[in-house]
Amino acid sequence: MKSLYSSAALSASLLLATAGFAAPPKETISDGVVKIGVLTDMSGVYSTLGGKGTQVGVEMAVKDFGGKVLGKPIVVIGADHQNKADIASAKAREWFDNEKVDMITGLLNSGCALAVQKLGGDKHRITMNTGAASTELTNGAWTPYSIHYVYDTYALGKVTGQAVVQTGGKSWFFITADYAFGQSLEGNTALFVKKLGGKVVGSVRHPLSSADFSSYLLQAQASGAQIIGLANAGGDTINAIKQAREFGIGQKGQKLVGLLIFDTDIKSLGLNVAQGMQFTSGFYWDRDNATRAFSKRFFDIHKAMPTMDQAGAYSATMNYLKAITAAGTDDPDAVMAKLKSMDISDFFAVNGKIRVDGRMVHDMYLMEVKKPSDSKGEWDLLKIVKTVSGDEAFMPLSESTCPAVKK
Amino acid sequence: MGMSFQTVMSQVMLGLNNGVFYAILSLGLAVIFGLLNIVNFVHGALYMLGAYVALLGFTMLGPLLGRPDFHLNYWAALIVAPLVVGALGVLIEKTMLRRLRKFDHLYGLLLTFGLALIIQGVFTNYFNVSGDAYDGKPEVLSGVVDLGFMLFPKYRVWVIGISLVVCFSTWFVIERTKLGSYLRAGTENPELVKAFGINVPLMITLTYGFGVGLAAFAGVLAAPIYSVSPVMGSEMIITVFAVVVIGGMGSIMGSILTGLLLGMVEGFTKVVYAPASGTVIFLIMVIVLLVKPAGLFGKEA
Amino acid sequence: MNRYVWLALVALGLLAPFAVYPVFMMKLLCFALFAAAFNLLLGYTGLLSFGHAAFFGGAAYVTGHLVKNLGLTPELGILGGTLFAGLLGYLVGSLAIRRQGIYFAMVTLALAQIVYFLALKLPFTGGEDGLQGIPRGLLFGLIDLNRHVTVGSTPLPLSLYYFTFALFCLGFWVIYRAIHSPFGQVLKAIRENEPRARSLGYKVERFKLIAFVLSSALAGMAGAMKCLIFQLASLTDVSWHTSGEVVLMTLLGGVGTVLGPSAGAFTVVTLQSQLTMVGPWITVIIGGIFVVCVLVFRRGFVGELGRLLRRSL
Repeated sequence: MKSLYSSAALSASLLLATAGFAAPPKETISDGVVKIGVLTDMSGVYSTLGGKGTQVGVEMAVKDFGGKVLGKPIVVIGADHQNKADIASAKAREWFDNEKVDMITGLLNSGCALAVQKLGGDKHRITMNTGAASTELTNGAWTPYSIHYVYDTYALGKVTGQAVVQTGGKSWFFITADYAFGQSLEGNTALFVKKLGGKVVGSVRHPLSSADFSSYLLQAQASGAQIIGLANAGGDTINAIKQAREFGIGQKGQKLVGLLIFDTDIKSLGLNVAQGMQFTSGFYWDRDNATRAFSKRFFDIHKAMPTMDQAGAYSATMNYLKAITAAGTDDPDAVMAKLKSMDISDFFAVNGKIRVDGRMVHDMYLMEVKKPSDSKGEWDLLKIVKTVSGDEAFMPLSESTCPAVKK
Repeated sequence: MGMSFQTVMSQVMLGLNNGVFYAILSLGLAVIFGLLNIVNFVHGALYMLGAYVALLGFTMLGPLLGRPDFHLNYWAALIVAPLVVGALGVLIEKTMLRRLRKFDHLYGLLLTFGLALIIQGVFTNYFNVSGDAYDGKPEVLSGVVDLGFMLFPKYRVWVIGISLVVCFSTWFVIERTKLGSYLRAGTENPELVKAFGINVPLMITLTYGFGVGLAAFAGVLAAPIYSVSPVMGSEMIITVFAVVVIGGMGSIMGSILTGLLLGMVEGFTKVVYAPASGTVIFLIMVIVLLVKPAGLFGKEA
Repeated sequence: MNRYVWLALVALGLLAPFAVYPVFMMKLLCFALFAAAFNLLLGYTGLLSFGHAAFFGGAAYVTGHLVKNLGLTPELGILGGTLFAGLLGYLVGSLAIRRQGIYFAMVTLALAQIVYFLALKLPFTGGEDGLQGIPRGLLFGLIDLNRHVTVGSTPLPLSLYYFTFALFCLGFWVIYRAIHSPFGQVLKAIRENEPRARSLGYKVERFKLIAFVLSSALAGMAGAMKCLIFQLASLTDVSWHTSGEVVLMTLLGGVGTVLGPSAGAFTVVTLQSQLTMVGPWITVIIGGIFVVCVLVFRRGFVGELGRLLRRSL
């Protein structure tokens, strides 16, 4: 108890001592430096699709921008949150409190993303999320300083679900990872399946990181559904697809649809197993000359083609720096105002704009995995089947529960 | 919930398929525990290592030797992986575990826990955590067979068959042969066995090597089914521990049967209430501990 | 131990937030208490629990739920979390002490997995995202734990820090008293020679269970503190990696020493925060420390130091 009293006494005396301070004069660049933090999974299950590659993206953007903004240096720092929300939150807190980090990007994994975004809101610092999927980030967990840049479960479910139903896949069975992300992916997809006259005949929830999917696949097969929707991610999706092929599921009549797949997953599966699968992505390196030019430069540094998270981190950083220049200050409120009013247009974001809820809407792509015979190289994995405009792909503001959206 | 004969039989087959992995792994743990009194926490990592020997032997060994079209084939991997991992086991036993023999057995658990972290960490650093595909499955084992009630992949039939053969041969050697009797006696009374002219330390080393070799064997069997990833073992090992507690660690046959049984129980859970399938084995463990603390096949300590 | 040493340590604790980043310092305190509680079991009773994260994390979730969803004040939240962990410890302990040695370790590990499953599945836990945005609230309804006091130009969360420090001291004192009481002597007797303790007429099971409950309740208090500091409870807190980490902290600092586990916790947490950029190598480094400790360093560094100084630390 003693220390409690002393705490109170100490607080009181310090308060008196500091009360006389006036607010410091406003600088254009706070602390004389713009610091960008890349906080993401650099060692865990998502490290191949985010990880160091995300930091490479950010560093490339800073270099391309010239290394300085408004005459002040730009510094990039990175850390591994190991997919643990507590490490993410501790690191972000330290960055905001001690390192004077102005903006954090990356933030794969919804748990880490929610924790850091909340903290950013409390401390008035910008978070530009390129990695996590949860729509919560632009709804209930929205802050005036949060931007969700690349994709979310709503867009993935809608684009894939609509496309599949429109080409005749009317009845669905879901194999869903039994946690919030999987459930929201299933929910969003099912919504559009039903809207277009399709039906959901059943679903099964499996624990996260299951090794064996044969039982679930047989249940899906027995349901007689035309489409088996995989509402999971990473290793789970890969194992499910692989084992479906083993049991001969998904070849005659039934079709497998993965709802969240990254280029790196396809690489891990091999074209032989994955061919013909459709899914939605926010970026593909081989879309046009601009994406190819960027991706080639990225490849030279990182030895792999960029994923949507990594390319998105480049674009987010670039636009953040542009917004600082336009605002003439790195003051978070001024920068956010600029970001939300300017056009976001580069090789990554086509027809992009940042809405009031922090959602960056831009074109999304329905992808299909190539046949092995059509692939001309190690990274020639996918083709774009359809381009869906951002306004069509992402959740309309009328459905949003974001506090900033006036109803 | 009504289940047709067809559903029941297919789930039995799938359960058996998972069960043989539990059986081989818990068998290896039981063999090691029987002679060394050590809970081998590194078992899961060595299972993963076995799978990687198969994968890398298939993809990287050729290029490494300057002969790009050379692939270590599946059948060779089934022999090579247990030998490589067994040799590593011998090394671990000779250089580290041996020095702990005179201390509390808990140190063996802690040491192997540390080794598991090291091996897993190294592989995480160099390989894709979401896993790589193993393409070396032999042509003979591709495709499915019609079992009457379901189409079952040929490869899985092979896995079930060979695993049962390996498990029961191990049981036979340990429980029914002279070599086995030395092993069992070595646990009870090392001095006596020494008097028979048996090199006990060597016997212990080789037993450890054999136990972890079994894990590597299971790893190779798993490679074509699951994706080969650095975390495949750490996800498995905790469940296998529960299997071992349920069966009682003293018994070789007990560990095999419990493994098979729990594989099937888990299989049925996937039909009845899938989200609990990851936990059902732990719940059974609680019940067994309440009713029969020494485990289903264990002798009272 | 010398009273001046204690006074010096307390003084250091009181001054620490002005020298070290306070949030980091508070994290150190949480893990130091966690390891000290764990050591009560491993070091003084000879029981290796490999599932202590269940109490640490379980209490974090319960405290978070009480404070965030039911609007309780922080001290009641922490009390609730601590009681919950003690109760859970009673359940787990009753089952686990039916087995000894290595079996005990595996049973606790497996039971902790059930807690992990519950933390993932129960409606209030937030699933894989964890319980987020837990308010720190007003201590006793009066003192705002979120209040920062500006010293120089840095705002310091002093009220939260001193609250944490006070709880740490309380927990540590309880452990210290338990070890140096007749109860602690019986525990040590059980550790040294269980059959002998039994033949002396001690109800060994009951003593083990009490030690287990005490240890889990205090581990829970550490988890509850952490939940208020970071304002979240996550699956990491209940995962078996956390259970392994606390074993490492205790082993590294010195099993069965009073200060060892806390020193070990300081070392491991500092390493982890300094090494966030080495990526997966952190696992390798931690594993390596484990191996070296077990092979050549079984007393831990405080234990070795104590041997050099020929006194118990």
